[in-house]
Amino acid sequence: MHKISKSKQLSENEYDFWINAPLIASKAKPGQFVILRINEIGERIPLTIADADDSSGNIRLVFQVIGKTTAELGKLTTGDTILDLTGPLGMPTEIKKYGTVMIAGGGVGIAAILPIVKGLKNAGNRVITILGAKTAELVILQKECREYSDELIIATDDGTLGMKGLVTAAMEHVINKETVHCCWAIGPSMMMKFCTLTATKHEVPIFVSLNPIMIDGTGMCGGCRVTIDGSIKFACVDGPEFKGTEVNWDEFISRMKQYKTEEETCLAGYQKAQVINRG
Amino acid sequence: MARRSRTKTPIAEQDPAIRKSNFDEVCLGYTIEEGQAEAIRCLQCKNAPCVTSCPVMIDIPGFILSIKEGDMQEAVDILGKYTNLPAICGRVCPQEKQCEQVCKLGMNKNFEPVAIGKLERLVADWALENQAFSKHIQNNEPKNGRIAVIGSGPSGLTVAGDLAKRNYEVIVYEALHDSGGVLIYGIPEFRLPKRIVKKEIEKIEALGVTIETNVVVGKTITMDEIIDEFDACYISVGAGAPNFMEIPGTALNGVYSSSEYLTRINLMHSYEFPKYDTPMKRSNHVVVVGGGNVAMDAARSAKRLGAEHVSIVYRRSLEELPARIEEYHHSVEEDIDYHWLTNPIEYINNGAGELKGVKCVKMELDEPDESGRRRPVPIKNSEFIIEADTVIEAIGQGSNKVLLTTFPELKLTKWGYIEADPKTGTTSIPGVFAGGDIVTGAATVILAMGAGKVAAVEIDRYVRGKKNTPVTTKSLRKDKR
Repeated sequence: MHKISKSKQLSENEYDFWINAPLIASKAKPGQFVILRINEIGERIPLTIADADDSSGNIRLVFQVIGKTTAELGKLTTGDTILDLTGPLGMPTEIKKYGTVMIAGGGVGIAAILPIVKGLKNAGNRVITILGAKTAELVILQKECREYSDELIIATDDGTLGMKGLVTAAMEHVINKETVHCCWAIGPSMMMKFCTLTATKHEVPIFVSLNPIMIDGTGMCGGCRVTIDGSIKFACVDGPEFKGTEVNWDEFISRMKQYKTEEETCLAGYQKAQVINRG
Repeated sequence: MARRSRTKTPIAEQDPAIRKSNFDEVCLGYTIEEGQAEAIRCLQCKNAPCVTSCPVMIDIPGFILSIKEGDMQEAVDILGKYTNLPAICGRVCPQEKQCEQVCKLGMNKNFEPVAIGKLERLVADWALENQAFSKHIQNNEPKNGRIAVIGSGPSGLTVAGDLAKRNYEVIVYEALHDSGGVLIYGIPEFRLPKRIVKKEIEKIEALGVTIETNVVVGKTITMDEIIDEFDACYISVGAGAPNFMEIPGTALNGVYSSSEYLTRINLMHSYEFPKYDTPMKRSNHVVVVGGGNVAMDAARSAKRLGAEHVSIVYRRSLEELPARIEEYHHSVEEDIDYHWLTNPIEYINNGAGELKGVKCVKMELDEPDESGRRRPVPIKNSEFIIEADTVIEAIGQGSNKVLLTTFPELKLTKWGYIEADPKTGTTSIPGVFAGGDIVTGAATVILAMGAGKVAAVEIDRYVRGKKNTPVTTKSLRKDKR
């Protein structure tokens, strides 16, 4: 059992938890994730480790409510417990000195870039961070990202904060003004696909972090398989980070939708039960 | 001889028409009276061949004699000397290729061998029902040492149980949230009820074994830490990484590895979706590729999930089928169809990224290869399409690299398995032992247990040789109560 030691609501559907898990906190590196299961009837879902504090034994998870499990998780608060937490899983980001790096996070993906931003800054890089979201209130973790960035650009779809437009426009803007040695993009699959196209156009190497459907997260089922440079890889053990140019995006996006109907059924059932419980 | 029945005492089974829509156990097991009737058939051979063909050398005539005499407790005690998981082995061992194959009664013309597996199951189930076992009470006796076991499948559980009996402090690390390995995520409920697995594991915990779930060795804790903190360790992580045929269309929705399909069903209870959160697609036409027990399990599970039509595509013929013959018969009774001498070559897209059919080719058998089995070769222009919305590949598994890549010092075979002496379980690193599927490649539950028994003896010998001073108990984990 893992206790939620701190919890905070970031936006209408986004939550920020610190959870007690000393073994994971002592090992977690940027780019890695955990698998969690809330209770006995729960499913296993992957979430990126947004931060880890070895001294207090806590890890930070930031998530968006998109289905039943995240809705249920969002109902939990400080002092509540989570049944199973496994990690840290996946290969860490290759943190080293590249020179100038650009890291783009979209929506809840901003939480996933935070440890990478931090790691690359501490490794002596010039860090340009781009935060993208639909609207101002969804631009999460601004303060933390700013702390570890030499430059921070915010882009919102509706122009309520920072520049109006997509992160790809912000990427163009940066690349046109200075040399970028390497970049990262984490967020919705469409965003990562288009960030890859933008980076490739300017011949900047790009890494993305894939978030396919996972079950065990330890390489024993292949549910998370993706085609990378023409061959099958398991995102949970070979990734989740891959070169954006090597990802078969259409296939990846199609496989994400596999359980759409079932996921909707499950969420609807949960919401109905919630309404009944509230009388 | 005259009074012995020629055939095995019949055993009750769920009716095929009913059981193909539920996940309850198919075989209902003997009553004590039926067991005694079967026990009478045993010839009580001196130098019984059944004993030597059992990988853990159970005193088979001994426990059968106890059943015959009505002393179930004595039968339990005899089994307990040799096996830690009798209720499981009695159910899933391929007895027809082991103990029962060499049974002298069965050697007689028109006689079936003694139903050894079913009798073992009877005794084990009786014990689980009637024998009280309480949680181990920590004694103050100094332990002989601390042993880490990596992986809680049949091999790891056997080592853990045997070493606990030898007064070692044993901690088992399991990556998943439940212990049991393939017993819990692979073999379905209808062959091996999970409550049986859980009870057998509780029995092992009662011996003083601690099982830590959600620990991925290599990630959550490293091999360096294990080597530092323990006197010895046993690696039994199995062969759990699925192989794919890698034919066109593998990425289509509706294409599964058997590991994913069975993990969703068994470990995550997706057959009870949406009561449980893990979803499973509803399928109408299912094709399973492969001929092993895993293929049978996947096909029979698909049928139980309500698929209208389930077929198995196997590249050889019935004669070469590696699955247990009992399970093959069960599958036929449950309306599973077979395409013999057939191999898939492409999965066909319905235009929306979903599977709509499996393109196959007919095969013929050539000369025997090194393994002694006749090699299947495709017949030209024999392609045909089987309609399918789900395909499950059950073509075998390889070694999972998560632990091995973080431990490069450990010597591997050219197949990527751990190089270990089959007689002792010793690896290239002193104090590190290994056994089960991670050494042999995917094999059977009982072979994994056999490897565990051998290793437990060697680990004990190694630790005693290494030191004479007992260690104190301290827990490695900080975040478990």
